[in-house]
Amino acid sequence: MSNGVLVDISKCIGCRSCVTACKTWNDLPVKTSQNTNQWDAPVDLDSDTWTRISCHIVGEGNQRKWRFVKRQCMHCNEPACESACFTHSFEKTEEGAVIYKPTELDKDYCVGCRYCMIACPFNIPKFQYEKTFPYVQKCRFCYDRLLENERPACITACPTGALKYGNQEELLAEARQRINSNPGYVNQIYGEKEYGGTSWMYISDVPFEQLGFRTNATQKSIPSYTWDVLKWTPYIFVGWGALLTAMRFFTKPKEEGHNEAEMYAPVDPKE
Amino acid sequence: MYGRNWSFRITWFRILLILFVLGAVAAALYRFIYGLGAVTNLNNDWPWGLWIGFDLLCGIALAGGGFSTALIVHVLHKDKYLPIARAALLTSLLGYIISLVSLFLDIGRWFNFWRPFFYWGFHSVLFEVFWCIALYTTIQVLEFGDIFFEKVKFPALKKILGYMMTPLLILGIVLPSLHQSSLGSLYIVAVDKLYPLWWSMLIPFFFVWSAFFLGPAMVTVEGTLAAKAYGRNPELPVFQSMTKVTMWMMIIYFIVKMIDLNYRGVFGMAFNGSHESNMFLIEMIVFILLPIFMYAIPSIRTRLWGVVTASLLVVVGVVFNRMNVVFTGMAKSVGSSYFPSIWELLITIGMWSFLALAYLFIVENFSILPKEEHTHTTTRIYDTGFHA
Repeated sequence: MSNGVLVDISKCIGCRSCVTACKTWNDLPVKTSQNTNQWDAPVDLDSDTWTRISCHIVGEGNQRKWRFVKRQCMHCNEPACESACFTHSFEKTEEGAVIYKPTELDKDYCVGCRYCMIACPFNIPKFQYEKTFPYVQKCRFCYDRLLENERPACITACPTGALKYGNQEELLAEARQRINSNPGYVNQIYGEKEYGGTSWMYISDVPFEQLGFRTNATQKSIPSYTWDVLKWTPYIFVGWGALLTAMRFFTKPKEEGHNEAEMYAPVDPKE
Repeated sequence: MYGRNWSFRITWFRILLILFVLGAVAAALYRFIYGLGAVTNLNNDWPWGLWIGFDLLCGIALAGGGFSTALIVHVLHKDKYLPIARAALLTSLLGYIISLVSLFLDIGRWFNFWRPFFYWGFHSVLFEVFWCIALYTTIQVLEFGDIFFEKVKFPALKKILGYMMTPLLILGIVLPSLHQSSLGSLYIVAVDKLYPLWWSMLIPFFFVWSAFFLGPAMVTVEGTLAAKAYGRNPELPVFQSMTKVTMWMMIIYFIVKMIDLNYRGVFGMAFNGSHESNMFLIEMIVFILLPIFMYAIPSIRTRLWGVVTASLLVVVGVVFNRMNVVFTGMAKSVGSSYFPSIWELLITIGMWSFLALAYLFIVENFSILPKEEHTHTTTRIYDTGFHA
């Protein structure tokens, strides 16, 4: 089983050390115009922001609480982006990371069609619209660090232990144990089943639908949906072709009733 | 080598079209040098905009006239439809060329466009779309070669093409059937993103079926336009007898749609008053049910205005449906809004202007439209054109 990360939303204090670590390790520019005083800034991921903290105020009156959710690529077990890409530019690695080959492995096949962006249920891949020859960009799970048996940069930076890196199975077991031993947690591990499971998993003390998670998510992986349709292609190709050929010869008129060359003529525009 | 002179009459309308094309070419060059962000309003929430939504998805659907007429005329041998066969093939070919151009404009790393031929992402629906469109456009060019070599004499090539014609015709129906449906399958990945009134495992069926019944309607509209432009008689009897195909196919489309909505338990969403439900109701009532009734009533169907109006509704309805899938149905899950920039619009207008110019040039120089009985025949020399 590959590796993953368990995010404990109840432990996150919204310090954004992970965001800074990500920018630093990956040499990503900071757009100063985005650093306003808004709690939620930057308001979305973009081609230079692969992780961010979204800020949520939940509850009423005295029960009001702040909750912070780290967002990044979920690194699906069966990624929609990988199945959507027609040049194999995404890959789910053994280590658990979903990487984009043109920038990660220097295998530049990407044509920039952006179908991965349509496909991703978490709206993660972003595009360098400002570049002449743009790449798709997203969190790469610090794949270079994983290869060196290092933890991803954001995890080393987290001061509260909200992020835990490890074997996916063990993390799931730990998450279940944490939920069972503390009634404060919501009884759900987001990422255990969503879209066939993801390497990044979340537990929370606040219902997930209040934190901007898509909670009606299907448990089937997205590639299995497309494959249910695509697998018929060869049969349709052969069957429909055979049927058409049969019909063409079966209905073929005995004698040629028309001469196409005699039938049509160029149009005289002066008419 | 060339049998006849070439002609292209210049009118003010054509000059206007040429200006649009030139403007679009300039904008396209700018886009290739400075990137998508400099020209388009596309963003991370709306990666696909006007060029994919309209020029590609609608362009390919509107070009459906090619494969449905090929099936009716060359496979089922319904000879009474022969008068419209070549015009349908031509508009289909031009439609595919437009779609390929818009695809090329839209891909960010356009110098890599050939990669999918070598790195087979066969688990991607887009892979099927790409291969089928590329192959089918080639096939249509070859099919057109048959017409081309009637004018440009090259007997040896024409003979070879003649031998190839049956397999080409069969492939020329199988491939578009596959990719018309896979254009719909593209949206199967958007499981939780596309509004449930449009998302369905049957979306490939809906796309290929509507592209097919759109064919006869499109031929009717084009045929009437061409007849008007050249002062000819519209092929009214052909248009009328095609309405039966369209009408029954639309009835089946409607029934399957209703069954599908019920089966998935989202039928009630059509009446929940949301923007999506209203757009869906318009799509179903104005663009599906209304043309069915117009085709069903003889006093409407047998008149030119009636058959043309109903066909126009079918054509606009398919465009409306594709727009609903690409934009209306995705808007809620995306959140932000998209409207094409002036440059995106200019390039789109330029591409369709080019299509119109190419159509005019080809019908005036090749044997596309049927001879009119009362007019003069073969000998014809134009002085206005260029001499090739």
